[in-house]
Amino acid sequence: MRFLTFLLSRLVTYVLVIWIGVTMVFLVPRFLPSSPVEAMLAKVASQGQYMEAAQIESLRSSLMETFGLEGSLLQQYTGFFKRVLFTGDFGPSFSAFPTPVSQLVGQALPWSLGLLLTSSVLGWLLGNAIGLFAGYRKETLSSKTLEFLAMLIYPIPYYIFALVLIILFTYVWKIFPFAFYVDAGKPFGFGLIKDIVYNSALPALSIIAVNLGWWVISMKALAASVAEEDFVTFARLKGVGEPRIMTHYVARNALLPQVTMLAIRLGTIFNGALITEILFGFPGVGTLIYSSALQADYNLMLGTISFSVIAVATATLIVDLAYPLLDPRIRYR
Amino acid sequence: MTDVQKHPRLVIGLVLVAAFVILGLVMPPFAGHDPRDWNTFPKNIKPNQAHLLGTTGLGQDIFWLLTYSLRNSLILGVLVGFFATLIGVTLGVFAGLKGGWADRGLSLLMDTFIVVPSLPILILLASLLQGRASILIISAVLIVFNWPWPARQIRSVALAMREREFISTAWFSGESTLTVIRTEIFPYISSWAVGNFINTVLVAIAVESGLAVIGLSSLQESTLGTMIYWALQYQALLGGRWWWILPPVIAIVVLFVALFLVSSGYTQYATARRGR
Repeated sequence: MRFLTFLLSRLVTYVLVIWIGVTMVFLVPRFLPSSPVEAMLAKVASQGQYMEAAQIESLRSSLMETFGLEGSLLQQYTGFFKRVLFTGDFGPSFSAFPTPVSQLVGQALPWSLGLLLTSSVLGWLLGNAIGLFAGYRKETLSSKTLEFLAMLIYPIPYYIFALVLIILFTYVWKIFPFAFYVDAGKPFGFGLIKDIVYNSALPALSIIAVNLGWWVISMKALAASVAEEDFVTFARLKGVGEPRIMTHYVARNALLPQVTMLAIRLGTIFNGALITEILFGFPGVGTLIYSSALQADYNLMLGTISFSVIAVATATLIVDLAYPLLDPRIRYR
Repeated sequence: MTDVQKHPRLVIGLVLVAAFVILGLVMPPFAGHDPRDWNTFPKNIKPNQAHLLGTTGLGQDIFWLLTYSLRNSLILGVLVGFFATLIGVTLGVFAGLKGGWADRGLSLLMDTFIVVPSLPILILLASLLQGRASILIISAVLIVFNWPWPARQIRSVALAMREREFISTAWFSGESTLTVIRTEIFPYISSWAVGNFINTVLVAIAVESGLAVIGLSSLQESTLGTMIYWALQYQALLGGRWWWILPPVIAIVVLFVALFLVSSGYTQYATARRGR
């Protein structure tokens, strides 16, 4: 029964996140003083392409259709949702005409997933392990130093960290490539994997490092407070060994809020990874959003942004649903 | 030893933030020229006595440009921090005290807004405005995305307080809801609200400069992020013009560490004072 209530509330949030996020994507172009269609036409005209009046009209109507600007606001709204949720059809990309948007997203997706999954999981595991040690022995010098370092790293934004890494490792000490390059034609095997890891190391490192700071700080506080609970003292008096107390008594209890926190912070982590991808030229969804914004490729932009809202919401749901596996009591609220 | 001296974190943070406020809010009028103008000075001069931090490849004095950018970044941060905290605290207290359907509805809304990734939506907006996104528009969007964090926290505080005896006492002695909030609840959450305000200032400046670094913030205005953007655009890194790119990067790092020290130091300080 409790699990059902839990499941239901998570599902309602999931649907709401997608609804509100996609509604925003729908509303932003409609509430701007300048019409995106006219802006787009002006851009085409400014590139020096001569067009007949009839051509401009046909381009305008095709753009109106792309943006779903035809019909009443309600019709536009339902039409937009149908496209986003059911058909997933955002039409062709303008900048990579006539490749469909869904295909471009499909190509970028594995890259982003790989980078984000690896770096957020590594950051979470490492940060919590360090935080656990630091919180469990909070009076020692090493744990104070660790917390101090984490406090220095945590407030620094991803892109600054990325820039510093670029300056240090591709400019001052040239051991990593300046721009991302993996030869896609290479046969799958050790060589290709080595290339991917070598090229992704710096972007991943900058995401891991900043995440790490946050998990260390929060885990240290949690572990320190759990370590003072009565049941820990009892376990110690009972003769349970210190390592076992740390892993089975303190860690298990302190980790629960961290799982919830991971779900809450996924949106923030995605934001950071987006800029990291752009700065390193990493061929993921973030770079795709960016290049679509630069080239005013609205089909691609609406597609990638709606897609990322749905992806983040789904990832959050998955982390949330993993929670009962860790906590048999499903203690929530 | 006074109260404040026991909290070195807070003191160091406050001193650094004060230095930035002086640099950003007091200094700009002394520049004597508009630091944004191109070709005011010879290009790419290394730091010397006439130009403390050198000049950019666009002929701007880096020191004055930095003070000017700092001012814009600080204004944006304070604007977003103030309104996001105000809206968040109000809705959080309301949801926590009211309970029932109002609480359930507002909580769902908070959880939702926290998960929706803000940056893609900002990129969409910025790209449609084509570099004409003013600091005010960006602030407004950031407020929409930042009120749920304080609201969520304050809600749980208010929820717990509703059951406390002194609140019931005030309630049963016939105080109005507003008076209860003002005299009984506000003192409890005010220190938390201050901490949140500083945190939101930090987040707002971080997101705006992130947007600016990739060239999607307001290009007519100058912020810490746009300084980095222009430096990257003109290959300051490859050209070895470190004095162009380092000042904004260092300013952001020190400013953020300082703001974080103030917010976490203030929380410690407030907790210690309450415990007395």
